[in-house]
Amino acid sequence: MSLKGLIIKRLAAGLVTIFLVSVLIFLSIEALPGDPATAILGQQATPENLKALRAELKLDLPPHVRYASWLAAFVQGDLGKSLSNKRPVAEVIGWRFSNTLFLAVAAALVSVPLAIIFGMVAALFRERWPDRVLSMASLSAISFPEFFVGYILIYIFSVKLGWLPSVATINASMAFTEKLHVIILPCFTLLLVVMAHMMRMTRASIIGVLTSPYIEMAKLKGVAEWPIIIRHAIPNVLSPIINVVVMDLAWLIVGVVVVEVVFVYPGLGQLLVDSVAKRDLPVVQASGLIFAATYILLNLTADILAIVTNPKLRVPK
Amino acid sequence: MVVIDLIKKAPLSAKIGMVIILINILAALLVPVIAPYEEAAKVGDVWADASMANPMGTDQLGRDMFTRMLYGARNTISIAFTITCIAFFVGAVLGLTAATVGGMVDMLLSRFVDIIMAFPPLILALMVLSIFGTSVPVLIFVIALLDSTKVYRLARALAMDIRAMEFVEVARLRGEGLVWIIRHEILPNATPALIAEFGLRFSFIFLFISALSFLGLGIQPPTADWGSMVRENAGAIAFGIPIPLYPAGAIALLTVGINLVVDWFLHRSAQIRAH
Repeated sequence: MSLKGLIIKRLAAGLVTIFLVSVLIFLSIEALPGDPATAILGQQATPENLKALRAELKLDLPPHVRYASWLAAFVQGDLGKSLSNKRPVAEVIGWRFSNTLFLAVAAALVSVPLAIIFGMVAALFRERWPDRVLSMASLSAISFPEFFVGYILIYIFSVKLGWLPSVATINASMAFTEKLHVIILPCFTLLLVVMAHMMRMTRASIIGVLTSPYIEMAKLKGVAEWPIIIRHAIPNVLSPIINVVVMDLAWLIVGVVVVEVVFVYPGLGQLLVDSVAKRDLPVVQASGLIFAATYILLNLTADILAIVTNPKLRVPK
Repeated sequence: MVVIDLIKKAPLSAKIGMVIILINILAALLVPVIAPYEEAAKVGDVWADASMANPMGTDQLGRDMFTRMLYGARNTISIAFTITCIAFFVGAVLGLTAATVGGMVDMLLSRFVDIIMAFPPLILALMVLSIFGTSVPVLIFVIALLDSTKVYRLARALAMDIRAMEFVEVARLRGEGLVWIIRHEILPNATPALIAEFGLRFSFIFLFISALSFLGLGIQPPTADWGSMVRENAGAIAFGIPIPLYPAGAIALLTVGINLVVDWFLHRSAQIRAH
């Protein structure tokens, strides 16, 4: 199949997935046992409240009509109203989402180059001490829950040393550098967790290539070690590494949830967790859909980049 | 004897991992005997320093931290273990069946798994919890469902590989039934990979449930649980009291231990296959 055809096929599959996910998220309200309005209101289910909520959730219409109107409104940016404070969901979410993106992008910009460099160093010095140290460190980082790393950093850098704030409060009036200063600790926590996986995969792919015959040939020809890595190995490991990087960025978007709670950072993840506790379904649906869509789009990007950079994947199995 | 030899030959890292796991299991099993106080008994001041009476100090309600840690081991590990077993059973049975039966069953199951796996797991879990509320049965159901998809994929892929081998073909031609083929031909060959997977899944589930509890959406107080203990005591950090680091560290330590053992096991099974 042609490259274009493959990409179109993958894009279509991605769109179908997002569609199914949106249906699933929509159905979540239908899945409430009994009458959703009663279930949501619980103790406060007076007849007037019930009627108002039913009208708001459009429970008087059949499900497929409701889905269509929900999706149409969603695409136009009308995400409904929060049940807990009656503000429009779009307004509540917009600012939070930009904060989450700010944190995630900052973490990504630092972690990707570092992880690739560390991965290369570990591969080059494999089975020697730099590799041992790096692989022990990354194994621990993978095993540590985000909140453990986060609280240790808070304990050391804000409580004991007093260098950085323990709570990452940011608001619109802060200067860019102030914002950066505040997110150093949450950003560092995220990095440690994502970098470990990226580094291990980079190391594994480089070692995989380094043991192949054409590299041995280059060595026998007398090419030095760094030129071998940069000119011969890198072009062949680029595809798996790009794939891993983009997939890890998808993980980062989700990993952000716990980190935001640790540092009381006003992002979308914290909002989602609060809304789940309050059972504020419109907010849960909207933020859940945003997280899921971002995750799916990044995974889709990873697949498409893999197809573009790796000709082997274009051959039908 | 074989097992003892195997353990003796294990590298240092794997031995450290085994000791960590053993200590945790012992703590979980022997709580009633070694715990100095009742699970929820208030015995002193809020966030009191460590002393002879309270070796790890006290928590945000003045309960003995050491006792809470021990009960936490029991509660957290047993729930994570239950979920792993369910996820494993469901995923392995469906995966092996899909690979062996093939056709429509395989197609439907695999598409369903694809959809579940397209979701970021934490987000899916949070959405389900927002609908059904937080309770232990709902937690077990959600996490088991999420993780059974991964076991399904692995079991299916393994069985697909093995199914293509001659000895399965022979059994099929001999007229053996489906269950017999799975039990006698496929399962014994898929076991080493499945055991390593069990360890990995357990550490995933353990971390996942701890994260949910930390977010306040997992195991609920007053049950002692490491994730919720971190959350409840988080405020102490600001006063320079490292109490929340104990349960958080315990979670990290057990996960490191399991990963050390799994790493060794994966390494070994890769070596066996290479020979």
